[in-house]
Amino acid sequence: MTDAPVTTPAPKVRDSRFRRIWESDFMWSFRHAPVAIASFAVVLILILSAVFAPLIAPFDPFNPASLNLMNGFTPPGEANAFTGDTFLLGTDDQGRDVFSTILYGMRISLFVGFAAVFLAMLIGITLGLIAGYVGGWTETIIMRIADVQLTFPAILVAMLIFGIAKGITPPAYRDQMALWVLILAIGLSDWVQFARVVRGTTLVEKNKEYVQAARLIGRSPIIIMLKHILPNVLNPVLVIATISLALAIIAEATLSFLGVGAPPTKPSLGTLIRIGQEFMFSGEWWILLFPAGTLLALALSINLLGDWLRDALNPRLR
Amino acid sequence: MLAYIIRRVAQSVLVLLVVGLVAFAMFRFVGDPVDNMLGQERTVADIERLRSELGLDQNFAVQYYKFLTNAVQGNFGLSYRQGRPVADILIERLPATLELAFVSGLLALIGGIGLGIYTAIRRRGISANIIMTASLIGVSLPTFLIGILLIYVFSVELGWLPSFGRGEVTFVNGWSTGFLTKSGLQALILPAITLGLYQMTLIMRLVRTEMLEVLRMDYIRFARARGIRERSINFRHALKNTLVPVITITGLQLGSIIAFAIITETVFQWPGVGLLFINAIQFVDIPVMAAYLMMISVMFVGINLIVDMLYFAIDPRLRVDRSAAGGH
Repeated sequence: MTDAPVTTPAPKVRDSRFRRIWESDFMWSFRHAPVAIASFAVVLILILSAVFAPLIAPFDPFNPASLNLMNGFTPPGEANAFTGDTFLLGTDDQGRDVFSTILYGMRISLFVGFAAVFLAMLIGITLGLIAGYVGGWTETIIMRIADVQLTFPAILVAMLIFGIAKGITPPAYRDQMALWVLILAIGLSDWVQFARVVRGTTLVEKNKEYVQAARLIGRSPIIIMLKHILPNVLNPVLVIATISLALAIIAEATLSFLGVGAPPTKPSLGTLIRIGQEFMFSGEWWILLFPAGTLLALALSINLLGDWLRDALNPRLR
Repeated sequence: MLAYIIRRVAQSVLVLLVVGLVAFAMFRFVGDPVDNMLGQERTVADIERLRSELGLDQNFAVQYYKFLTNAVQGNFGLSYRQGRPVADILIERLPATLELAFVSGLLALIGGIGLGIYTAIRRRGISANIIMTASLIGVSLPTFLIGILLIYVFSVELGWLPSFGRGEVTFVNGWSTGFLTKSGLQALILPAITLGLYQMTLIMRLVRTEMLEVLRMDYIRFARARGIRERSINFRHALKNTLVPVITITGLQLGSIIAFAIITETVFQWPGVGLLFINAIQFVDIPVMAAYLMMISVMFVGINLIVDMLYFAIDPRLRVDRSAAGGH
């Protein structure tokens, strides 16, 4: 009994970063939500195939050299009567492979969507932080503008901004600038949500002790806003950003469909649906159906993901 | 109460003045209207003549003053594209949009409240679950896709209903209506469903949530204990108490029905103000854009004002301390 009890050291589990994330509440909730996993998979596949479109697409739909007008209106999966070529999802009137145009179109839809949400986030977070932290007249003015803008539906504001920007750019540059104008229009129409949430959280956080302490030791207001308050508003911002992304993609598609968005030289999913609609009456359903289905899958899965995210990040629901 | 009303009206006027400033800025600074109206072949004399005709050679303050006084009188100048007074074009197009908005609003309200009550009462039923799932897809489906889908099924495949236009219209006191002819009514069906569907799902989900909340209350349990019939509990006790938020949201949705009419009108080539606005954007027809903006702002601000007053009138709890409610 003289022997001291031998304590075998516990096997040292390497507490890797990956493992910590995997075991976190957030990932636990993700692993137990089949809808979230499925929609995340769909979003991931769509985004990856858009990013790698030049590698995946069997044809380059915007290279006139690879087009053959004889291939026009080939139904999906069937061989063309003249050339004998087959296309997975068929071809449109100019013999462009529908599958390839969808991949490239999704690239533009996603690019505009992400860029617009990023712009809205940038404006919204900045103005929200300033309004919440500075207060006074600055706050009144910013939030009044937000209120006025919120009176009008976002899509209408986006249309109006698009119209004005189109008027300002000289006609020769309009097609070239169209995508950037689109991003500006959708981004500016969508910042209010971000500003409201960030302002609300900032108002709560700025009276807490850690902010007062930071102020006491003489840190500048900008540092306090960015380093101390900003991290605390990121959760709600992430939720709004996800839902905004779905809305931005739908808004882009709507504007392009109405002919006030992406130019025909850079067709997005909305432009493709606009083109496809013309052939609906003559029986070439595939030119319309596949882009429309892709848009729906994209919007629906991002929406479902956003729904789940809202519940998962909401501490009150735990 | 009176102070509140005065403050709200003052706010509304302020909003309209801001929108007016935006509209004027569009007139003054966006593009060169002379460029848009005259083609490639033009002489300096042509440009000068048109410039003074449109009043573009006067200074900023004079133009602004003229714009404001004209706007109040409903005068927005000539359309760059059609060369006709904008007010005339708007008045000509307005009945089509108002009829469409009215029918789809009605559809959304009746369908939404009906389905909302049904899904709340039969919460665990199979059909209620199917309706709820369908509504989730309905919310994600962009308006223009709903329109295309309906056209494909009912016009292209089945051939039952027209896919574009208003059908035959008759004029009653200068108001063009499609209500009086068979083709006019037929043409109205698909656009009205397209426009109303999204609002319907929204109202339905709202009514369902509110209903479920109310049905859990104590007074409903007491009503049941007193042996009051189920039908009477559902409609007289529960429904009445869900209507306050429903009225507000529905009122605010009226505005977005008019805005979303732009999309529906384009899909169905419906000759209303929405289609006019889209064409104005495509051709950078600034006077039409500005006039449309002013018109729709007056509608939105008016609706918001009425809804706020209504809310205030219906719910006595709000009269005590409005400022504590926050958010606004």
